[in-house]
Amino acid sequence: MKLPPFDYRAPTSLQEALALLADHPGDARLLAGGQSLIPILAFRLAQPALLIDLRHVPSLNHIDINDSATTLGAMVRWCEIEKSEPLPQAQPLLYDACLHIAHFQIRNRGTVGGSLAHADPAAELPGVAVCCEARIRLSSGQEIAAAEFFTGALQTTLAPEEMILAVVFPAWPAARKWGFAEFARRPGDLAIAGIALFYDLDMAGRARDAHIAVIGATNLPMRLSSAEARLNGADLNEAALAAVAQAAADSADPPADIHASIAYRKSLVATLVRRALVQAMSR
Amino acid sequence: MSVTTAKRPNAYVGSPVERVEDLRFLTGRGEYVADLTREGQWHAAVVRSSLAHGRIVSLDVDQALALPGVRAVLTARDIGIVPLIPLRTGLPSYQPYAQPAIADNIVRYVGEPIALVLADTAEIAEDAADKVISEIEPLPLVLGWDQSVNGQILLIGDTTTNVAGRHLASRGDAAAAFAKAPYRRRETFRVHRHMAMPMETRGVLAEWDSATSHLTVHGAAKAPYFNRKSLAKMLNMPEASVDCMECDVGGGFGARGEVYPEDFLIAFAARKFARPIKWIEDRREHFMAMNHAREIDADLEIACTRDGKLLGLRGNAYIDCGAYIRPSCITSVRNIATFMAGAYRIPNFEVYGTAALTNKTPAGGFRGPGRYESCFFFERLMDIVADDLKLDRLEFRRRNLVTADDMPYPLAKLEPSESPDGFLDSGHYPATLDACAHEFGWADKLKLNGTVIDNLHHGIGLCCFVEGGAAGPRENVRLEIESSGDVTLYSGSSAIGQGLETVMSQIAADALEIPMERIRVLHGSTNLLHEGFGSFASRATVVGGNAVLVAAKTLLETVRNAAAERFQVSPEAVLVANGVANASDGRTLSFADLGDLKLKAEGTFANSKATYSYGTAMAHVAVDATTGFTKLLEYQVVDDVGRAINPLTLHGQVIGAAVQGLGGVFSEDLPYDENGQLLVGSFAEYVMPVATDYPNIHATTMEQYPSPNNPLGAKGAGEGGIIPVAGAVGNAVAAALAPLGVTIRHLPLTPARVWELIQAARA
Ligand SMILES: Cc1cc2nc3c(=O)[nH]c(=O)nc-3n(C[C@H](O)[C@H](O)[C@H](O)COP(=O)(O)OP(=O)(O)OC[C@H]3O[C@@H](n4cnc5c(N)ncnc54)[C@H](O)[C@@H]3O)c2cc1C
Repeated sequence: MKLPPFDYRAPTSLQEALALLADHPGDARLLAGGQSLIPILAFRLAQPALLIDLRHVPSLNHIDINDSATTLGAMVRWCEIEKSEPLPQAQPLLYDACLHIAHFQIRNRGTVGGSLAHADPAAELPGVAVCCEARIRLSSGQEIAAAEFFTGALQTTLAPEEMILAVVFPAWPAARKWGFAEFARRPGDLAIAGIALFYDLDMAGRARDAHIAVIGATNLPMRLSSAEARLNGADLNEAALAAVAQAAADSADPPADIHASIAYRKSLVATLVRRALVQAMSR
Repeated sequence: MSVTTAKRPNAYVGSPVERVEDLRFLTGRGEYVADLTREGQWHAAVVRSSLAHGRIVSLDVDQALALPGVRAVLTARDIGIVPLIPLRTGLPSYQPYAQPAIADNIVRYVGEPIALVLADTAEIAEDAADKVISEIEPLPLVLGWDQSVNGQILLIGDTTTNVAGRHLASRGDAAAAFAKAPYRRRETFRVHRHMAMPMETRGVLAEWDSATSHLTVHGAAKAPYFNRKSLAKMLNMPEASVDCMECDVGGGFGARGEVYPEDFLIAFAARKFARPIKWIEDRREHFMAMNHAREIDADLEIACTRDGKLLGLRGNAYIDCGAYIRPSCITSVRNIATFMAGAYRIPNFEVYGTAALTNKTPAGGFRGPGRYESCFFFERLMDIVADDLKLDRLEFRRRNLVTADDMPYPLAKLEPSESPDGFLDSGHYPATLDACAHEFGWADKLKLNGTVIDNLHHGIGLCCFVEGGAAGPRENVRLEIESSGDVTLYSGSSAIGQGLETVMSQIAADALEIPMERIRVLHGSTNLLHEGFGSFASRATVVGGNAVLVAAKTLLETVRNAAAERFQVSPEAVLVANGVANASDGRTLSFADLGDLKLKAEGTFANSKATYSYGTAMAHVAVDATTGFTKLLEYQVVDDVGRAINPLTLHGQVIGAAVQGLGGVFSEDLPYDENGQLLVGSFAEYVMPVATDYPNIHATTMEQYPSPNNPLGAKGAGEGGIIPVAGAVGNAVAAALAPLGVTIRHLPLTPARVWELIQAARA
């Protein structure tokens, strides 16, 4: 579990970082908080020739909140999200989900950009980004919808010479209803399954514009459109809860691993959708 | 931070003295084997088999050797005749199954060492290990005890069975008792494979002194003197030419401190190349290289009257020992048979323990070996019977627990065995049951048993247990008065993180009537004493501690004689008290005044009779049937340890052990796939409890029945905390889920498994 040999650079500007990336096509890795990359190296699942440490690259660690959007820079750390004062108001779902991420020490280092690029199907931020239709801002100048960015377990559309600069969440209406629920073996562990959801209320008090995203129980974070369809226009009663939960479980396509069978994960999805909906209704 | 300063002599034993080790540990001044470095040392990496069973066709080390910084690669061929790792038992049936120090032609588990790479840095060694190319022709696999005992595939050449040993524990006439029993019940149970997982992984730093042909091996733990003997034998060296040195140790739990293949390989390399060689195990290899434990299947039948008087117990327990018999593995095989119903009076008893080999990592002792498992099996069986016969669970146990009137109560006779027949030494076992029921509030909580509140299924359960301790044969201590008048205590016991220095200082300070601060404890390393035994089987405090008493008595005698000579009076005219020798005319000499004499005394405490701490644990759980997650709402254990030398360190042992046991119940698991591949290799998959997981654990210690077998009256107490956990918690979960039709017979109770049991019961 010793790291394989690599060169190390810590550029002080974005241009320099991007130039280094471009000079080592496919053979360099960006180093953010290191909480995923360093274990990958220790287990020798990757052996890049060069690590480009982003710690001295300026202006990647801002949280910007304005009327139209909330922007998290790639180097914003979990502990900074946790301590942000405006964020719980501006993006309550995002804020609440991030409180479930990892353990104290890891939260002091792990970053937004690292999590998005790593694309663990059980990670919270990618799930919330998909749920909220957030957009990922890339060094190429492109902004790509989160739902298109993630393509599989640990897979994204990110090109080798590309870098994530920020993730942009659309503004959040104050009256929006939301819930977040996950199940992990221990608090702080990656979730076996998790649900992020929100909806708005129409004049009649029925749900509209429902967004329900699943993490952990699928190969990549994704919205469960049939469950959303069930929720839209529904009166929020026990029968609706059960129907939405069932639709979510039916449409989720979970993997089996040593922690959980497919049937168990599907059942968790139903349970967590119900819990998240109960939260939402109580807000 | 110390509370010791104000203490008067004779007041340490029994006091909650803070650990003298902690300041060193908490300020980062502990020294572990990984902290040692030597000029010119090479680093080792172990190349391990990736197949569970196969014949080594070829090992190509050329690419590895070609890497800059690589010094050598050793394989079985370089070792010559590959020695077997000596067992801690002399029972002949086990001997052919001992592990070779490196795979010789055949590999038998994933992770078995096949080569050793030596390089300038640990990183280069690991790079090179990847470049050793092995061609291994697969052989058919044995992956479970049942397949093992049927013997169609034999794992070790020249043997005719995969059963390395089979022991019968018996008492009375089981066949007759069962033939006329009014009630019988037979059930099968299983505890899964998991492991001790000390925080510090293993490590070895071996040094060879060419001038004196002396080998020094750092990183010893648990049983350094026995291990020296083993290493000397394997290396074909005189015992006096080998020393095993103990550094600080970050946890042992029975697994750390046995001789493993690496201990030999690193020592061999140090001698061969006359170089210091260092190897620090990484966590990934720890999972496949360190002793596994606990994988036992049991098939038990119980006989009793319909009002709950136990008449007989019989059955079989099969221990999956993995690919070889490791030095201490036999303890769990013996214990599972002898202590299948440890705390109970069962007149007719016939339980077999069978050691079966499979193509998995070899198993060994782990805190409470065989006892943790037997508590789960037997206490589950007790509850199944209680449910069946509508017996009160407490009354059923109270009725059959060993009482003060039964003492000394003979253990079931074990055959074959090297030890004399044993006896439970002292106690009144129903006393801890009643005390625990009181502390826990059993009667109140019983109202919640089987109820569903906020979708959580509540259950309570209990378990009664005994803990063997104070294993013989003996322990040695030397006390020396330094020129300052302080006393150095050399102990043959080992410190594995349990607070040995504190406890030994307490005992010595009381016996010598001097403040604890004036005692320095050195322990473990084989250059301190001519002979020592170590720390296992909950023995160090009892056997090592009583040896301190013996040595202290002799030392005080020596002080008196020396002072008499100085005073020019007869020894009878000198009184030694509170660290001062007094003549009748008022003259005094302190230890410091006599410091130039280098007075010393040795003490040995020999012991063939084990001590038995005992107790009862109770648990209250709430199971979420939708996720399968069990919340432990309350866990209470009451034990009687005879005499608590230090209630504070004891409390820590019990609480820590309980949490360790809970890991085994709820989350820790070492699954293998059908190819014999271990499916976990990191803490992402092997789920250990963390500090915040189990806040509701309470431990109460009683001292009503000192052991009659040693002057301190103490009983071993390092393992009791873990022994009843699976029994008590397993019963609580079973009680919670009984209304759903679920019966708990297997561990672990992971959320996924509990959920699946519930689904299966509903289907
Ligand atoms: C014990 C443990 C528990 C954890 N639990 C959770 C959990 O519950 N939930 C959760 O979400 N996460 C969890 N994590 C992961 C943690 O949040 C990581 O911090 C995160 O996944 C990666 O962020 P990082 O900053 O550490 O990235 P790094 O480890 O530094 O990098 C990860 C990957 O992202 C790439 N990268 C980094 N920054 C950029 C960028 N700006 N542009 C493009 N690529 C980039 C790197 O090259 C690398 O491939 C856990 C980690 C550990 C060790």
